[in-house]
Amino acid sequence: MDPYILKTLNEERRARRAAVLVTDLGDGRDRIVREGDHVAGDLGAAIANAFRTGNSRSVEAEGRTFFLNAHLPRPRLVVIGAVHISQALAPMARIAGYPVEIIDPRTAFATPERFPDVALHAEWPEDVLKRAPLDSYTALAAVTHDPKIDDFALKAALDARCFYVGALGSRKTHAKRVERLLALGAGADQIARIHAPIGLDIGAASPAEIAVAVLAQTIHAFRSRGLEAKGAVA
Amino acid sequence: MDESIYLDEARDPLIIAEGWMKDGKDVAIATVVETWGSAPRPVGSHLVIDAEGNFHGSVSGGCVEGAVVTEAIDVIGSGKARMLEFGVADETAWQVGLSCGGRIKVYVERLG
Repeated sequence: MDPYILKTLNEERRARRAAVLVTDLGDGRDRIVREGDHVAGDLGAAIANAFRTGNSRSVEAEGRTFFLNAHLPRPRLVVIGAVHISQALAPMARIAGYPVEIIDPRTAFATPERFPDVALHAEWPEDVLKRAPLDSYTALAAVTHDPKIDDFALKAALDARCFYVGALGSRKTHAKRVERLLALGAGADQIARIHAPIGLDIGAASPAEIAVAVLAQTIHAFRSRGLEAKGAVA
Repeated sequence: MDESIYLDEARDPLIIAEGWMKDGKDVAIATVVETWGSAPRPVGSHLVIDAEGNFHGSVSGGCVEGAVVTEAIDVIGSGKARMLEFGVADETAWQVGLSCGGRIKVYVERLG
């Protein structure tokens, strides 16, 4: 392995950016491919698959054997609102492999008794996200119903290109939210990325069922990352 | 379950390999590139080895690490990468103990 490649790879991993290390098993030469880099042909398709699934594997392409080591940041889910839905969502998401952080400045809601074994911040999203910024391997679900708490986090999630952004509320509520986000400087194309009403349409009727719908939508967003972009290029 | 979303700098094999390199050590990196059956560590797992035989990480959960370290010291000396295969079908491999029934292929290369 080239020492410079190792240094670069570790920089990417520390910064929570995805990279695939491509090693030619014939001559030992290696290179780093970042998400969005264009690689042609069968090798390119295999690399795209490695980014999407996170699975590392050997592939035959161009008459050679390559090993693709996928280094994906661990995805996580940030929930704005220490509410009923979040109580169900936190353990489910953790089991599915998405560690959860919950942010809610309302100290009556954000208590360890209501959220055992969860990373819980009884603070404003503005303060928490300054310390631990959102990124493209983070999903954000805003479920407080309170613009004072949700709006800043939603705008931050759009700016950080979170792979999933969902907001609780009816279509009417969301229409008002869209106006506020536009006023905060969000672009219309950014706002179109918000899933609202939140969650896959499974007819959820209880907080726990809404949590299932939100988790399913998060997983779908994660596993289809980059598919839209690829379609646009072709 | 490891809940952290950040790298565990003290235990991450690739971070350790970079640190060793900065300290002027000769280093080899072993990587699981294929598995069949009930292999204990997934494809992509690393074991990093220095010329004195110190190592971090895992390619088999302890079954074949000893043999990989020996080969890695040779690779550090020669600079030529090697592909190692361990499994129950292989008598030597059975001796070094991948007794879980799986088979793995490990690529060993020198850093630099």
